[in-house]
Amino acid sequence: MTFRTIALLSSLLLLTACSAAPGTWGWYVIDPTTDNGWTNIRFLIRGFTSTIQISVLAAVASIIIGLLVALPAFAQNRWLRLPNRIYVEFIRAIPLLPMLFWVFYGLPVVMRGMGISISIDPFWGAVITLALSDSAFTAEIFRAGIQSVPRGQAEAAQTIGLSRAKAMRYVILPQAVRRILPPLANQFIYIVKMSAFASVIGMQELTRRANELVVTEYRPLEIYTLLILEYLVLVLIISAGVRWLERRMGADESR
Amino acid sequence: MQNKNQPNTAVQLTGVSKWYDDFQVLRDISLTVEVGEKLVICGPSGSGKSTVVRLLAGLETHQQGDIHLQGGAMNTQRPGDIGMVFQSFNLFPHLSVLDNLTLGPVKALGLSRAEAEERARAYLDRVRIPEQAEKRPAQLSGGQQQRVAIARALCMEPKLMLFDEPTSALDPEMIAEVLEVMEDLAADGMTMICVTHEMGFARRVADRIAFMDAGEIVEIGAPEQVFKAPKSERFALFLDKILKH
Repeated sequence: MTFRTIALLSSLLLLTACSAAPGTWGWYVIDPTTDNGWTNIRFLIRGFTSTIQISVLAAVASIIIGLLVALPAFAQNRWLRLPNRIYVEFIRAIPLLPMLFWVFYGLPVVMRGMGISISIDPFWGAVITLALSDSAFTAEIFRAGIQSVPRGQAEAAQTIGLSRAKAMRYVILPQAVRRILPPLANQFIYIVKMSAFASVIGMQELTRRANELVVTEYRPLEIYTLLILEYLVLVLIISAGVRWLERRMGADESR
Repeated sequence: MQNKNQPNTAVQLTGVSKWYDDFQVLRDISLTVEVGEKLVICGPSGSGKSTVVRLLAGLETHQQGDIHLQGGAMNTQRPGDIGMVFQSFNLFPHLSVLDNLTLGPVKALGLSRAEAEERARAYLDRVRIPEQAEKRPAQLSGGQQQRVAIARALCMEPKLMLFDEPTSALDPEMIAEVLEVMEDLAADGMTMICVTHEMGFARRVADRIAFMDAGEIVEIGAPEQVFKAPKSERFALFLDKILKH
């Protein structure tokens, strides 16, 4: 079965589902049997590349930043714990869209003021913003996961001579990861969906392409329906991947 | 009577007091344990007996008094010099039995993987479960888990072994196998401080028994002496209660 026939079948399904309101729909814009419809579909699905690239890079960065932010939360000194609280409370409070504007339009200006000349293109603007915005939540997920490991584990690690860092690395984190994985997967899905905001700063990902096609074709309903299905496919693939990973880790640790 | 800072002193506590906020858990504890001595600490719950052991393991801090281990101050100890066995085993569930045992020697003492494994298998032999090396802790019975925990501490070749109610979380039929391992260890000359209510074990193994109540050491002496004629009424009452069962 070629990709074109899969697209044809799914659009036929859609057609029947939506034929209840005749006159409302004009599926010809994304009808794969016509040359114009097929060109439109190909234009739309090329957005997957950017959406996936932005989401994966942002998720990886968010996990790294989140872990670095979470670790000071376990310091004994309260002044060392303070940066963790400030970062989480502050970043968590900023809505994504204003943060995106601030990073994309504002950050280069601020940096120039400090004598550093940088330019941020829409791709990296989106990656940086999504990573920062999400890292506050990732940090909280790490903190909760690490705290859920019983205290006796850290104590046992201490009595066999492990430093706090080594106890974290070899005893606490491996156990925390299993509890962290499901909420982390949730965050990844959230990132994928929030990457749609990158369209406002001109990134040609899924949403931007849909918007551009709507402007030329005047068929928003059909195009946005397809857009929603595109995100659905992406999220379902992630869900399946996470379930596979969880099963594998569950089998690895018999309890 | 007390030979201060003698080379054969394993543990010396002098006037140790500890508070949790306003609540005083330890009141002016002074105690000397000789190298090779086996001390059993008993007492009602909340008497501070676990706190004493946890202090020596470095898991708690005290506010007053001095603790000297092996003649030196506490923090000069080599990692793993003081072995600790917990009531709830605290084995690492994500690691095999063998990896539980080798983690400390490899990561804290810098042994090679092969050396650590050889040592681990020797101690598993000693606690009589060599065949369980590849299993996860969750696949073992409570008694086996506690024996693994003892072997894990021994792999660090400690000078002093601490036990915090090692048999309290076990089903009755598994208590004996853990106590046997501990008696073996005692016979080998290990210095041991053991919080337990197993009075049969105390009678067989302990050089001295300390009775604690309300953060104080109320009475301390040889088992035959304290069992026969406890000096304090509180200890007499306590013994009466636990020996009846």
